[in-house]
Parts: sequence; C-alpha cells; structure tokens
Amino acid sequence: MSFSPLITMFYLAALIAVIASIKVVTRKNTVHALLYLVVSLIAVAVCFYLMGAPFAAGLEVIVYAGAILVLFVFAIMLFGLREDETHYAPQNRGFSGWIGPVCLSVILLIELVYTINHQGIQQQLLATVVDAKRVGILLYGPYLLAVEIASFLLLTGLVAAYHFAKTTNHGGPA
Amino acid sequence: MTTIPLEHVLILASILFFIGFIGVIARKNTLFILMSLEVMLNATGVAFIGAGSVWQQADGQIMFMLILTLAAAEVAIGLALLIRMQHQYRQLDIDVLSELKGDQG
Repeated sequence: MSFSPLITMFYLAALIAVIASIKVVTRKNTVHALLYLVVSLIAVAVCFYLMGAPFAAGLEVIVYAGAILVLFVFAIMLFGLREDETHYAPQNRGFSGWIGPVCLSVILLIELVYTINHQGIQQQLLATVVDAKRVGILLYGPYLLAVEIASFLLLTGLVAAYHFAKTTNHGGPA
Repeated sequence: MTTIPLEHVLILASILFFIGFIGVIARKNTLFILMSLEVMLNATGVAFIGAGSVWQQADGQIMFMLILTLAAAEVAIGLALLIRMQHQYRQLDIDVLSELKGDQG
C-alpha cells in the first residue's frame, strides 16, 4: 500500500499525540506534564484538521488548549506546589524541562506549514471537509435540546466550582 | 470519501484512551488523575470526529462539542474539589481520601 502525503501527515501527528500523552502520565513535575498535555491537544487538533473537521480543530485549540489548560495553570499556581511536588522532581538541568515539548511543537509547526502549502493535500481536504455551517445548522435544529442541557451543565459547573472553591470557616471541618 | 481509514483513527483513539486509563489507574496525584481524564475524553473526541469524517456527517463534531462542554464542567468542579483537598489535607495524594470509606473513625 502506498502512503499519500495526507495519511503520512496524519500518522506523524498521531505519533506526536501518543508520545506527548505518554509523557503526560509519566512526568513527575506537574508543569512539565501540563506542557506535554498542551502539545498532545494541539497534535490531536492537527489530526482533526486532517480528518476534515477544521471547526473541531479550532475548538480543540481554543477551548481545550486555551481555556481548560489555563484553568489547570491557575489551579497549579493556587496549590503552591513548590514545597511538596517539585521537591521530588530532579533538579533543573537547563534545557531538560522544555526541550521535549519544544521539539514536538516544532515538528507540528513544520507539518502544518507543509500541509497548508501542499496542493494535493488541500484538494483532498476540500473534498472531504465537513464545514462549520453544517455543524451550526444541526446544532440549532435537531440538537437544540442538547445545547440547552449543555448550557445547564456549564451553569451547574460554575455554581458548583464556586461553592467548592470558596473558603468557608463555618459548617464542616476546615 | 475519506482518505484516512477509520480503523487507524480508532486505533489512535484506543491508544490515547488506554494511555489516559493507565494514568488514572497508576498515578497517586489527583492533579495527574484529572489530566489523564482529559486525555481519555480527548480520545473519545478523536473517535467521534473520525466516525463523523468517514460518514461525512456533522453529528460527530456536535458530539465532540458536547464532550468539550462536559470536559470544561468536569475540570472546573474537579479543580475546585482539589483546591478544597489542598486546603484540608495539605497534599494532593489520592490515598488521603480513603477515609471516605467511613468505618475508620
């Protein structure tokens, strides 16, 4: 079987996603794992783009890598993990903390530029793309109830997160 | 017609899901468990997008958006609970929650 450039790009992005995910679950340092998690999510977004879902790829980058990971970063800053978590981590050895995510990200960038400049891949993608218009028509037609339930879920998450995270000195052992 | 075979997309989704599952099972730190849960939810999103791409339907992307909403709500509540845990126990080890069993005084 012969590999078309599109499939080769997909395998490369998938490989990066798998490597970064393995690094996420094996790192000692929380911030390093978070860096690898960002790389994994962006690689999966490239996979989405190559699968003909550019809207989902954009959402992946904006919501996952942009919003949820920022939430993680805020939480880690709140925890003040300096005294317990990085104590067990190896000492900072210059490049060692960020050279891995940087290498994976540079590979992803090269892949993205190659994909955008390659005419054959673009024609293949144009033939198979499911654009945002169809998603929006479905979303506000047959799936309207699901959208409402999702909005309730987000509101519940907001209220519950506020309730759990506020510091109370009454009612329960604090 | 799609150019990426569905089997390979599903294999990628399975591998990512399995990595996240191992992370949830093996790690002690609650923050890492939450991150591994993110990896698992992401893997299910890959499966949905792959299926929607094969059949050229937009339903897969809608399911992915619902998963995204679920992940956002889950992370918000999970991190709030982790902040409570850090306040009460001064650590994020999952083993300190074993007193939730209730029969240990």
